[in-house]
Amino acid sequence: MPTHYWTRGLKGVNFLQKRLLLLGLLRSRRGKIGISIIAFLLLLSALAPLVIPIKSYFMWNVPDYWINNPKTSAPYWTNLLGTKEFEHISLGRNDAKITSESLEGINVVNNNFEINMKSDSFPDDFMFIYSAKYSDVPPVLQIDVKRPDNNTFTVYYSSLPMTNNANSSFSDRIFSTNNDVKEALNQYQNRFSFPISGFQPQILLFSDSTKPTVLKGEYQISLKFYLFDNSSKVEDAGIILGGRVFGIMGTDDLRRDLLTGIIWGTPIALFIGLTVSVFSIVIGLIYGVVSGYRGRRTDEAMMRFNDIFYALPTLPLLILLMVTFGRSIFLIIGFLMIFSWMGTAKVIRSIALQMRNFQYVEAAKLMGQSDLKVIFKHIIPQLLPLTFASVAISVPGAILAEAGLSFLGLGDPSLPTWGQILRDANTADAAARGLWWWIIPPGLMIALTGLAFFLIGNTLDSIANPLRNNKKKV
Amino acid sequence: MGLGRTLLFRSFNMFLVLFSILLITVTLLGPTLDKLLVDAIRNQVIDEVIQGSLKFQNSEERLSYINKQIELKSKTFGLDQDSFTLTKLVHRVVSVMTLDLGNSHFFSTDFGSTSVRDIIFEKVPKTLLLFTTANICVTVIGIFLGTYIAGKEGSWWDKLNSIFAILSNSFPSWWLAMIMILVFAFTLHIFPARATPLTSPSDPNYIFDLLYHMALPLITLIIFSFGTWAYVVRYFLINILNEDFIYAKKTMGISRRKILYSHALRNAGPPIATSVGLGLSGSFGGAIILEAVFDWPGMGKLYYDSIALFDTPIIIGLTFVSTVIFLVTIFITDIAYTLLDPRVKGG
Repeated sequence: MPTHYWTRGLKGVNFLQKRLLLLGLLRSRRGKIGISIIAFLLLLSALAPLVIPIKSYFMWNVPDYWINNPKTSAPYWTNLLGTKEFEHISLGRNDAKITSESLEGINVVNNNFEINMKSDSFPDDFMFIYSAKYSDVPPVLQIDVKRPDNNTFTVYYSSLPMTNNANSSFSDRIFSTNNDVKEALNQYQNRFSFPISGFQPQILLFSDSTKPTVLKGEYQISLKFYLFDNSSKVEDAGIILGGRVFGIMGTDDLRRDLLTGIIWGTPIALFIGLTVSVFSIVIGLIYGVVSGYRGRRTDEAMMRFNDIFYALPTLPLLILLMVTFGRSIFLIIGFLMIFSWMGTAKVIRSIALQMRNFQYVEAAKLMGQSDLKVIFKHIIPQLLPLTFASVAISVPGAILAEAGLSFLGLGDPSLPTWGQILRDANTADAAARGLWWWIIPPGLMIALTGLAFFLIGNTLDSIANPLRNNKKKV
Repeated sequence: MGLGRTLLFRSFNMFLVLFSILLITVTLLGPTLDKLLVDAIRNQVIDEVIQGSLKFQNSEERLSYINKQIELKSKTFGLDQDSFTLTKLVHRVVSVMTLDLGNSHFFSTDFGSTSVRDIIFEKVPKTLLLFTTANICVTVIGIFLGTYIAGKEGSWWDKLNSIFAILSNSFPSWWLAMIMILVFAFTLHIFPARATPLTSPSDPNYIFDLLYHMALPLITLIIFSFGTWAYVVRYFLINILNEDFIYAKKTMGISRRKILYSHALRNAGPPIATSVGLGLSGSFGGAIILEAVFDWPGMGKLYYDSIALFDTPIIIGLTFVSTVIFLVTIFITDIAYTLLDPRVKGG
């Protein structure tokens, strides 16, 4: 909402102190809602580095980092609403029970994973991940699955490829589509009471022995490495059961966990919004006060300059600047600042124009105080409550502007921002494909942040501006 | 200020802004522009050689002739000097103003031309069609709804509208656009998800197809902005309704309805007109992105694509054209304000 009504009825304004301002904020319902939303966002920002790995922040645009997640999966809680889909399971070496024993000079390292199958549907696929370091004699890998009905299937038994380099690492993934896996499973026809040919490995492995439905219960999957010399080492082991639902917020086309993106977006959005608004309001405040207080020709010249700035089409110019100078987050903040101080300057100038005739200002001048001192000691402190209000009111604009630039593809490519998540969604045609979990949360977060600051700004404004409270009813 | 003086002053301001933007563009993208210009000259020279009657002995002679011509023409434009000269500056400004920016690397018009000017001029009418329609609808709805609500200050409707206005200011319009596609195109299958018509532009039914595809972007634009509109109108009206002359009219026994729709609304005209203008220019930025979401074949979509492909000639051209449109909008609003302001007529 425009802020020009501040200028009306200034004569009787008794500016409130900061403490009163805060008190009023906490007393009004709008203020309370705004403050609690911001408290929640701040908490989220503070907790982000503790709850999720910091690496995910830097790796947001690196597809390799997210390879273990399922592609374009809905949030897991959608299972409560409609069709039951298999929830994605990804276990790394930290989740494994690792045992090692020596058998006649052969070192056997066993990575044992426990999986509790509760779902009614089969996984989409499965995958075994491993990485080992060896030189002359390649280790042998054996993968066993012990099912709840006490059958044990050996899914894979093979030696790793020969290597020419001493002490080199070899990593690979064994997919459920692997022919060795298929053949290995086909040998267990005698354990099933129905013909198993034609069923895919991910179904056979987790199927009941009498009919092709999920056999629920504890599964023990072990990746057993036979190492033939002391220099050989197992570096990584993991399993993935691919599903169609994942996490609280699902994943996007690049398999990224959207929850991570949303959480990392919070501190960035707050940083952008607050920096831009604080600096642009301070610029506007000083510009306006100087213009209004000096008056006459200075005022005229400064206001003409302001008019020119006011009439600049922001977005096309921002696009031009970003295309020329690059896409760092600090550049974005700087450019947004350049284009958002004019409104404040105009409002503050008209207030300062009246304030310079106030008696205490004139008294200060008569006492021989310098202009600088009058401005910073007598005028600006009186304007602070209004300044706080306008800082809060202009935060949403800055956040929206950054989101817009990100959406156009001019955002900082190294950061996960809400705008960029939405851009990715738009590029991938998420709306037409019905991928709502990719679209709704980032937009809601932008709206929520904007709303919170707007409510606070609005409350501060109505406290700092008594005229609005005394409005007569027709 | 009288009408004449205001007009003069405003047009002066407009040209000043336009000129500063041109200067900024030219300074920022000077080297790029020079390169574009040399490319354009090369194409022109080669065209002349191919179509001309000049005969060459061999290809080397032909090449040296072409290079010589390019060098000569570059010299006249001052492109051979690295330093900053006035000729160069003027030339750059003129080439941006006339959209003489050569050919696009990636885009072409429906009829196959790759000239930047043709491409941009093909897109401008579509953008204007969508946003003029939307803004007329929004203004009409906004003014009537706002007036209605102003007459019922503090009512349930009033509160609902305030909440609606605050909410629609909090999220980006293009996000709403994505949600609209999700609801109306994906779930309900009422409108197409892509707003680019499938019929060819030479087909007589093209215009109907275009209008059908325009429906969803239009509805989105209206839903997104009418709440704010009504709120602004209500705000100005309530201020007017507190003025003494309204009380006087009330005592005279003029009906409440008449006061509201005739006397109050007329007096709130000028500030509303200003807000319309600011709203228009403000929505322009969001509109660029909105077009990209809906795939509406206008300037915004072209902007989005040319940024993705880094097609500088198109970006420069679009910046200039959108600046002109923006400034003209502001100018028209200023005139409207002056015409509506009763004080100007009196003086």
